Amino acid sequence: MSELLAMGGYAWYVWMSYGAAAVAVIVEVAAVRARRRRAFDELRMSAAAPATPARSIG
Amino acid sequence: MLINWYRFSSPVSFYPLAGTAAHVFGVLAALFAGAGLFVALVAAPPDATQGDAYRIIYLHVPAAWMAMFIYIVMAGWSAAALGFNARLSAMMAEALAPTGALMASLALWTGAFWGRPTWGTYWAWDARMTSTLILLFLYLGIIALRNAIEDPRRADRACALLALVGAVNVPIIYFSVQWWNTLHQGSSISLTVAPRMAMIMVAGILIMTAAAWCYTIAVTLARVRAIIVERERGATWLDSLIDLRPRVGGGKLRA
Repeated sequence: MSELLAMGGYAWYVWMSYGAAAVAVIVEVAAVRARRRRAFDELRMSAAAPATPARSIG
Repeated sequence: MLINWYRFSSPVSFYPLAGTAAHVFGVLAALFAGAGLFVALVAAPPDATQGDAYRIIYLHVPAAWMAMFIYIVMAGWSAAALGFNARLSAMMAEALAPTGALMASLALWTGAFWGRPTWGTYWAWDARMTSTLILLFLYLGIIALRNAIEDPRRADRACALLALVGAVNVPIIYFSVQWWNTLHQGSSISLTVAPRMAMIMVAGILIMTAAAWCYTIAVTLARVRAIIVERERGATWLDSLIDLRPRVGGGKLRA
């Protein structure tokens, strides 16, 4: 296990790469879920009163 | 069997189909990623010259491939959006841009952390790296342009145009290692000649690429569903969805 973490002395480079990929995927999935939730919230609101759509990049 | 494919060009029939597909591809992405990470970090041996630093390849190559491929697909949807004035095509292009930006960022980031131990530098103004940086800027520019234009239909056309003009960059990235003397190496895997690396390494890259593909499809379809809800508001079919999805922890907003 510690051998895996050590990555033959390249731990910094390897884990900064894999860590960034993991963070990127987690953040993107969370952003899409938040965007969907927001869209449905606005849909519920507009069912009562029409409003202008909000923008996001999620 | 005859299937009326045009039916799916309408958001009404596309919305539920996209939801099912997003789940299926999400599960596939997790399975491929699990297998791919096992090969990448455990099963594959260290490289003879680079040691364990080479393991970054299992992220770097799939991310770079996806960054280019997503751009081509996005440009294709943009062309369809302009040519047929199809709103769902424009939404697909919109949904692909953030994931394309993410893949381009990852390609650059992992490239930097691979370049440092092997070339001695995190960054060089090499043709491959510079053109990939421009790819990231194109994605970010398309996202920013959309946010800058109030009317979604006008934003569709402006973004489609920018995406199509920017498509010239993709072949430049792809052929940069042949056209110029670059610090970046040429490709080790090609469709026409045998790969110049061990089979298990090639297998690892291909499995991780499959994971990246499935992930991209899943997250893009999930995002396009949110975009449909944002943009088709007022349509009666959409209003009927509210009843299907009661708010967890309080459905008080249902008027």
